[in-house]
Amino acid sequence: MAEANFIGGIIGGALIGVAAVLLLLFNGRIAGISGILDGVFSDNSFAERIWRGVFVGGIICGAAFYSLIFGAPSIQIQTNTPILIVAGLFVGFGTRLGSGCTSGHGVCGLARRSPRSLAATATFIVFGVLTVFLVRHLSL
Amino acid sequence: MQILAALITGTLFGFGLSLGEMINPARVIGFLDIAGRWDATLMFVMGGALAITLPGYALILRRSRPLLDRQFFLPTKSAFDRPLIVGAAIFGIGWGLGGFCPGPALAGLATGSSGVIFFVIAMIAGQWLAGRFTN
Repeated sequence: MAEANFIGGIIGGALIGVAAVLLLLFNGRIAGISGILDGVFSDNSFAERIWRGVFVGGIICGAAFYSLIFGAPSIQIQTNTPILIVAGLFVGFGTRLGSGCTSGHGVCGLARRSPRSLAATATFIVFGVLTVFLVRHLSL
Repeated sequence: MQILAALITGTLFGFGLSLGEMINPARVIGFLDIAGRWDATLMFVMGGALAITLPGYALILRRSRPLLDRQFFLPTKSAFDRPLIVGAAIFGIGWGLGGFCPGPALAGLATGSSGVIFFVIAMIAGQWLAGRFTN
């Protein structure tokens, strides 16, 4: 087993949870990142696009603040650029078709005890595991 | 005020993703690699988040409305339809290939990494394609 980051994981996760709870409490919205991002570009009212765009900007600012305090976070990309682009297309297409990603289904949907989100979360984890197995261990 | 709330919550979210190292695809692929050197970090992040959202959502949804709007905006679909499962499967494949899901990819833009920029552009294009596909 690799050495997991327990402290960073739990505290980082809790901060994500606090952000999701506050967004629901103040704005009545689910902190599903794929849906928020999609709504910036789709046919929405100006007010919808603005808060979504600001939230996305906030995510980038949050990572920038982290860099200021602790130094740049490491991003060890595991594949080449063409595969990364295919991965991006799949992630965008799949999250739009499946109405959510790790945050919308995983963090928020499970918290609402949504059976759809449980099914989606189980599905994307299983397919993620299978993909990594095929790529890493069968070298496809 | 809603825009300020979006800015603060977005910032917290991005900071949390960075602190939990979800911004690093090596951690994410390590979690998905159950046949290799399995990395539990993603499970701790998920657990930390759910420890807050499970009780937090239950408390907030007792209210009739959020503080700054007239109503809650919650998903209304309840059926296990094909788009949900097929979409989640396609997302899972992309997640396994790149090690990025939407939140961490956006947070990663802060580092200026060209790989992350390519990924995010492709992801937005994928969402757009799916939008055309479903309409």
